[in-house]
Amino acid sequence: MSLLSIFRRKTFARGVHPASNKSTAGTPLRRLPFAPRMILPLAQHIGKPAVPIVAVGQEVVRGQLIARAEGFLSVPIHAPVDGVVEAIELRPSARGPWTESIVIRTYEASTQEVRWGTPRDMDALSAQEIIQAVQDSGMVGLGGAAFPSHAKLTVPKGRKIHTLVVNGCECEPYLTCDHRVMLERTDDLMLGIRYAMRAVGAEKAVIGIEDNKPDAVEAVRAALPADGSIAVAAVETKYPQGAEKMLIKSALGLEVPAGGLPSEVGVVVNNVGTLALLGRLLPLGQGLTERAVTLTGPGIKRPGDYWVPIGTPLRHVLEWAGAEDVSEREIILGGPMMGQAIASLDVPITKGVSGILVFDRRAVKAESDRSSYACIKCGECVQACPMGLNPSMLGLLAGSSEYELMGSRYHLGDCFECGCCTYVCPSNIPLVQQFRAAKSVLRQRAEIAKAKIEIHESGERFDFGHAEGEERKTGGRRHPVPETKG
Amino acid sequence: MDTVLGVTMAGGFMAALGAALAWLLAVASKRLHVYEDPRIEEVESLLPKSNCGACGTAGCRNFAEELVAGHTEPARCTVNSSDMNEYIASVLGVDMGDVEKRVARLACAGGRHVARMRAHYAGLGSCRAATTVAGGGKACDWGCLGLGDCESVCDFNAISMNQYGLPVVDPSKCTACGDCVEICPKGLFSLEPVSRKLWVACKNHADGDTAALQCEVSCTACGKCVADAAPGLMRLNNNLAAIDYSKNALATSDVIARCPTGAIVWMDSGRATRGVAAKKIVRISALPVASEV
Repeated sequence: MSLLSIFRRKTFARGVHPASNKSTAGTPLRRLPFAPRMILPLAQHIGKPAVPIVAVGQEVVRGQLIARAEGFLSVPIHAPVDGVVEAIELRPSARGPWTESIVIRTYEASTQEVRWGTPRDMDALSAQEIIQAVQDSGMVGLGGAAFPSHAKLTVPKGRKIHTLVVNGCECEPYLTCDHRVMLERTDDLMLGIRYAMRAVGAEKAVIGIEDNKPDAVEAVRAALPADGSIAVAAVETKYPQGAEKMLIKSALGLEVPAGGLPSEVGVVVNNVGTLALLGRLLPLGQGLTERAVTLTGPGIKRPGDYWVPIGTPLRHVLEWAGAEDVSEREIILGGPMMGQAIASLDVPITKGVSGILVFDRRAVKAESDRSSYACIKCGECVQACPMGLNPSMLGLLAGSSEYELMGSRYHLGDCFECGCCTYVCPSNIPLVQQFRAAKSVLRQRAEIAKAKIEIHESGERFDFGHAEGEERKTGGRRHPVPETKG
Repeated sequence: MDTVLGVTMAGGFMAALGAALAWLLAVASKRLHVYEDPRIEEVESLLPKSNCGACGTAGCRNFAEELVAGHTEPARCTVNSSDMNEYIASVLGVDMGDVEKRVARLACAGGRHVARMRAHYAGLGSCRAATTVAGGGKACDWGCLGLGDCESVCDFNAISMNQYGLPVVDPSKCTACGDCVEICPKGLFSLEPVSRKLWVACKNHADGDTAALQCEVSCTACGKCVADAAPGLMRLNNNLAAIDYSKNALATSDVIARCPTGAIVWMDSGRATRGVAAKKIVRISALPVASEV
């Protein structure tokens, strides 16, 4: 067994191999200067939006709490700059809907140093207190999902966690911010892993890093503690290795049941960027005010990895990185596989943005203008789907609007929209796009069914459409929620 | 002789077995009989069998059961003609009921000749899919994307897309089944009784200046309609005019007269009339894409 495992490459079944294009891996992380105006949406995370505790006209200090968490599945927001609150109003967000945001006008003398926060002795804290400290720091999964970290570290009742899996795969092409963080903030990362292990009660931790980053593997290995509780697993470079269920399979050989959470097999997964920042912020008692973001793509003159203050408008970042004719570019927030194409340059960089990719529109146009053809039943998508679904069948059903069947018989709910099926399809069928649309219909139906039941119980007749006078304040629509991935 | 006996016995045995089983079935059919009102079958045959769900039940059979049970009234079927509903009422010996005709109405007038796009959308041609990509690229995040999900979902061909990329509802074909209400990712459709003639054809909640930049026919929340309307009929809610339909009787076409953009309209038999002060729009070509708005 041990002899055989030497030859077994750590990986998962299926998946794809897109060109990595990680040209920015060699440049150190740099700082981005403050923008004259910062925009902080109250809903940057999954869960309930934060509630502002500052008033228009109030002065704020970098690191100061400006919006508190509303309930358990919510995180607070901290001021990224010294400045004055200019407005609390609707602003466009990267996903589309206008959302309530706090706008701060930056003082010119605002420093990069964070003076807010009360240092604390982390060793004296219990698991519950660590989780509370994580929530107070406003931390969310920085891999892209923006799921509140404290909720992830809270183990469901009756489950026991044996291993903390640390996600350093960064399987998305182009992105290198986690890579740089592993090289430059190795000690913070080790501290963060310790805190997370104590929070979930895990005895072991495994750091999964794709084997195209040998320098990161070396750097992290050199910093491992002597007691052997933390190990590094070099996993195969393959997309989507950084999806949490894939990484658990690769690093530990465990399979999470369909529709289940990693805690069902005794595992919790966290991103390296998240843990490295937790390792720095928790002892200082500070909040999340900046994150590492990869700025790259053919349309950028000074590509590289930057510490970007949360709330910096995209236009400011692009100006600083030397992007020209921005209106003639195709811009994606996140990675090229699962990222979000944006429609406005006035959207802010939020907690969940791991990369900004700027492509030449003409180069992209050739791809997007390719027509799509009928399914030839080649099975490429079935060979690519890491979740073992049948995208070809799902695509046919989506074409005839059989959404219920997709959800019940073909496990659409297990699709995490990695896009492998669309990537390999020789007929260029927009499969993952159809699945996203189908999921949004199913989600809405479930909400209506729930409302119907509630109304039925209250004895009134259900009526379609919106109640009189009920106006959507923030757009109210929900959007597909991607899973954590690195 | 033995052969004859054998054949007779076999035949007799089979006949006896048949008789016994027939008796069993006869008893079972009497004992286990479930009475079903024959009128359900009859009423179902009079229903349109479109199973659209507009009546609020799971389908035509379900509606027939509810009708016979007296839980609902024939007029709830919006697909049948009123003559047919009257006939059903006479068959059942009940009152036809009085249900006001409702039609699907779109709360947006921002066709591509008046509403700006801030980015090109080049993906799958469906409003649902477009909404998942940064809201679809329209400057107004609340507005109609014009990719026609409603047109394709309508079973009655009541919706057609016009030259500006806006869905137009034919009130004579619309049965108020609610399919377009469900499919529209921006939630722009609602089923409105035809007596509601005053209508705000906009959902833009951005402040007035931004809204005016985004779309020439948006509500800029200037408040003129609120000033001109009977007290309590109109109000401003988050930068958007809203109508209190419980005071619908007070609505007159004077309310729309001073609307500068024509966002508030007077609907009569499917046609929207804009106020006299509304800016005249002569452009028919699409506005260029502008990333600044």
